[in-house]
Amino acid sequence: MAAVSSMGKMYGLCFHAARQTAGLKASRLLHRRAFRISAVHQQQPFDSSLEKPQFPGASAEFVDNLEFIQPNVISGIPVYRVMDRQGKIINPSQDPQLSKETVLNFYQKMTLLNTMDRILYESQRQGRISFYMTNYGEEGTHIGSAAALEPTDMVFGQYREAGVLMYRGFPLDLFMAQCYANADDLGKGRQMPVHYGCKDLNFVTISSPLATQIPQAAGAAYALKRENLNRAVVCYFGEGAASEGDAHAGFNFSATLECPLIFFCRNNGYAISTPTNEQYRGDGIAARGPGYGMLSIRVDGNDVFAVYNATKEARRRAVAENQPFLIEAMTYRIGHHSTSDDSSAYRSVDEVNYWDKQDHPISRLRHYMTARGWWSEDDERSWRKQSRKTVMEAFERAERRLKPNPELLFTDVYQEMTPGLNKQRDSMWRHVQQYKEHYPLDLYEKQ
Amino acid sequence: MAAAARFFIRGANSRLPVSSVGTGTSGSVGAALLQLSPRCSSRLKTQRRHAAHFTYQPDPVPTQYGETQKMNLFQSITSALDNVLSSDPTAVIFGEDVAFGGVFRCTVGLRDKYGKDRVFNTPLCEQGIVGFGIGAAVAGATAIAEIQFADYIFPAFDQIVNEAAKYRYRSGNLFDCGNLTIRAPWGCVGHGSLYHSQSPEAFFVHCPGIKVVIPRGPMQAKGLLLSCIADRNPCIFFEPKILYRAAVEQVPVESYTIPLSEAEVLQEGSDVTLVAWGTQVHVLREVADMAQEKLGVSCEVIDLRTIQPWDIETVCKSVVKTGRLLVSHEAPVTGGFAAEISSTVQEECFLNLEAPISRVCEDDQLLKPSQLLLVLKSTHSSLFPPPSSSQWRAARKRHFVDRLIRSASRWPPCPSASSI
Repeated sequence: MAAVSSMGKMYGLCFHAARQTAGLKASRLLHRRAFRISAVHQQQPFDSSLEKPQFPGASAEFVDNLEFIQPNVISGIPVYRVMDRQGKIINPSQDPQLSKETVLNFYQKMTLLNTMDRILYESQRQGRISFYMTNYGEEGTHIGSAAALEPTDMVFGQYREAGVLMYRGFPLDLFMAQCYANADDLGKGRQMPVHYGCKDLNFVTISSPLATQIPQAAGAAYALKRENLNRAVVCYFGEGAASEGDAHAGFNFSATLECPLIFFCRNNGYAISTPTNEQYRGDGIAARGPGYGMLSIRVDGNDVFAVYNATKEARRRAVAENQPFLIEAMTYRIGHHSTSDDSSAYRSVDEVNYWDKQDHPISRLRHYMTARGWWSEDDERSWRKQSRKTVMEAFERAERRLKPNPELLFTDVYQEMTPGLNKQRDSMWRHVQQYKEHYPLDLYEKQ
Repeated sequence: MAAAARFFIRGANSRLPVSSVGTGTSGSVGAALLQLSPRCSSRLKTQRRHAAHFTYQPDPVPTQYGETQKMNLFQSITSALDNVLSSDPTAVIFGEDVAFGGVFRCTVGLRDKYGKDRVFNTPLCEQGIVGFGIGAAVAGATAIAEIQFADYIFPAFDQIVNEAAKYRYRSGNLFDCGNLTIRAPWGCVGHGSLYHSQSPEAFFVHCPGIKVVIPRGPMQAKGLLLSCIADRNPCIFFEPKILYRAAVEQVPVESYTIPLSEAEVLQEGSDVTLVAWGTQVHVLREVADMAQEKLGVSCEVIDLRTIQPWDIETVCKSVVKTGRLLVSHEAPVTGGFAAEISSTVQEECFLNLEAPISRVCEDDQLLKPSQLLLVLKSTHSSLFPPPSSSQWRAARKRHFVDRLIRSASRWPPCPSASSI
């Protein structure tokens, strides 16, 4: 009975464990850094004389009454936060004490992303780009986590993490080039808008199939661990994607293969129109972590400092101990799922308004800065104007730029050009030359 | 009774089983069937060892790559993996049960030699294995993933088709998983039934961005696998598991490569081109001999080796010369890769073709006839007493000559076989 009731507190304990072991001793770190032999050596040696379970599959005591373990969904894993909705630090010991410049940078990156979202969203409505997905309400999760990482850490994302790239300094021109699929696009105009990628910034190119990046992140983290260059991997995904089989694969692989990896789940309440109670019945995503033997935490995703603290500590320990961490950032998807979606068809305007007006990561950080005298109404006005101008300039440049040469449709399928592809490309050019009046060739770069 | 008898003949006429493959490890149906054999008569055991639907013909002893050693196919795979691990410090091998040597013994000794961080077991999850391999390759490691049976590669289909194949293209060559190789045992094994026999290559050739390679023997396997691993594109390497132990020949000990996307003309001929890959190459070699012997027909035998991107030039050149083409594979006929070859050849060689292209493939049902017979034999052995070794061989010969004649009867006469 005692064992069972303590199980009920398991999640809470894990939460405490994550915080209390912050000051882990260096000697222990060294010990854990070595490659462990799977789970075998963590289990007790086989001794058939003992009156206790000898099953190889789990280390546990016998219990002589029948009781099923209850999922703890009513009072779930608590949500870690650092500042309240008015930007006031709640527990000074948790204040990351970031410098004014750092905090201003956070704010400017979040708002710049917001400005870019507004302009590109509108441009899609006007048919100038084919598709777009905004980041409204989730800017804090991007910036807070990105700031806690090293620039060399590898990022695997879903598609709503443009703020990570923004924080790492991805130029506005390249964001626009990707959405416009123009000749400057690093991806050569092949993918739909918002499928960004940047080798120099260690941001792995986004792809549409959900959750496929999760086991990939585990593999990358394993490779980085073997390189031993003090790098970690962070992998972002939504709570909907966490239902995919690949999420299960990635969590389990990273735990058994001891990968320095941070799983960062953006739980924004919706997967397109599907609310979370149709997505899962447990205590969100964070509660699954302990089931995989993974240290897990739930944070307020609208609190950039809470996100920063959790990521910072997870990153430190992931690299030091070669083990995965799971961060579930609770937030709310303020915008539509994408430009192909009208979210008023499945949720109320009041609900959206609450998160937009009363609990928004950007306004919360603004309160924090204003209280310290780091930001004023004037600063706000001039920054808004300036950021809008920068975005608009990049936007106009991108719109004027030609599309990539059609030749690029055929390259990079394989590293080399195959004879079959060569033939098909030649055939395309012959066709296009013969019927050029039917193709908008003047919009494309020449050979 | 008549139906049963007809069924028996049909089964006996098709490919016959070999049970020399298998490792005695738990977990595979192959192993389970093997364990049955002590309960069967010793006569069955004897004939199982000798009966095969093909006779393996070793490659000539290679001289250009230095010292050679006698190896069967699984040993030549181990040898290739050994060469890679010793020369490439980033290379890792992983999959289900590879640590203790693999259920087909392909990774025996590698973990001891190179360490458990380089040769390791993964959880039992194919989509995870391929996803993990892609990630490791993206981060710069040489990733060699094993899928225990080609039949179980489908859970990883999304990772292979949507991710691995498209990684380089969609990122504009910023990222790629070219260092990924997926190995999987492939093809029928006599008693593998539905999920230990499949030949899924055609599912993958419809997907630009990956390479699919199938060797016909140990020497080919090592050279082609080393090419796959070195190739800067994700590759799927299917290993005909019926050959793991059955095929033995001299294989160079050191590393060497056999180029991808190059078919090999194994036997020159002038009347008809025969194309196959994997085990079926040996079947067609025998057919070529039979055709020569019984019909006086000169066959050109081609091992395609790389299924995607395939060597159109070698095949077409041959058909231009012979004017006739027969393609044969173990996989079902509809949507099989023979369809792609046939269509391309008729497009390229229309003026040279003297007869319709013939596809000799499995029927579109799910169990291969030879296996159906085996299933019946194991459950109703009193109804179907195992035939003797000589009966198997006679049945096999009848089968292939029948099929060749059936195909050939639709052709206008070849100059050298006008008597058909």
